[in-house]
Amino acid sequence: MKSAVLVFPGINRERDMARALTLVSGRAPYMVWHAETVLPPDTDLVVIPGGFSYGDYLRCGAIAARAPVMAAVRRHADAGRLVLAVCNGFQIACEAGLLPGVLMRNAALKFICKDAYLRVERSDTAFTRGYNAGQVIRVPVAHGEGNYVADAQTIARLEGDGRVVLRYVAPDGARDPAWNVNGATNAIAGILNARGNVLGMMPHPENHVEAALGSTDGRGLFAGLAGHFDGAAETAWPRPAEATVSQASRN
Amino acid sequence: MKARVVVTLKSGILDPQGKAIEGALKSLGIAGVASVRQGKVFDIEVETDDRSRAQDVLREAAEKLLANTVIENFSVEVLG
Repeated sequence: MKSAVLVFPGINRERDMARALTLVSGRAPYMVWHAETVLPPDTDLVVIPGGFSYGDYLRCGAIAARAPVMAAVRRHADAGRLVLAVCNGFQIACEAGLLPGVLMRNAALKFICKDAYLRVERSDTAFTRGYNAGQVIRVPVAHGEGNYVADAQTIARLEGDGRVVLRYVAPDGARDPAWNVNGATNAIAGILNARGNVLGMMPHPENHVEAALGSTDGRGLFAGLAGHFDGAAETAWPRPAEATVSQASRN
Repeated sequence: MKARVVVTLKSGILDPQGKAIEGALKSLGIAGVASVRQGKVFDIEVETDDRSRAQDVLREAAEKLLANTVIENFSVEVLG
């Protein structure tokens, strides 16, 4: 898998992302500056990482979404190729129109930096094939604006088409408003676009790929993507689905 | 020409910042505040003397960047 991590002024998670991609896929990503107008031609996966592009001026992700490189990302997505957008990346993807809806200020108005429990709703996507459907993973969140909002028709379409692939839940996998960390509509943590080739998510899977950091629950996302492109790479690492099977329950 | 673009949240969109400001006003004892919705004001100088041209420029600016029309409305006012 050849990936390209976008770099905008104010982004600060690009090196965590590059480290996770390198560790799990075995190949270091291209780092692509926002002023570029084309992506490296062999790019399989574009990653829009987290951070605070342009200091969150105007609206989170609003200015980065209009950067020159985003036209190239749109062409990449329009060709059916994969885009992973994490945290500020998710906000940028929504502002760019790659995904519907918007990330609003957290319902409790506070910046949240802690582990969240996510239920992987589907395992039949390129992004989630490293997990079992219904599996609960523990992944950190770090955001002030992660409260997913869209109009009622959009939410109904996302749910009806199975495009909500990650949801904030209690550790046992149950829906519980107390564990919906930012107050997102329907506890939405991650969504796919209609074509299924763009995933936006607020939590940071790239920060839970090494046992030294307390959890490897994020690894399944990168291992699944690597497996999607390389086949063999997926078996090169223990599947997180097995490593965290004790948490894999669903109500 | 001087102009102003005002961006406001659409009705029905939860505005936790507005709610917090509303709460603060009430705790200050300012009577008669029913509700608060927070928005943004952009004061813009446009390089034209043609009012309708200025309107077009500002509308394009608002649609493409200043407002996120998923959650926000905007209004454009050319002040002269």
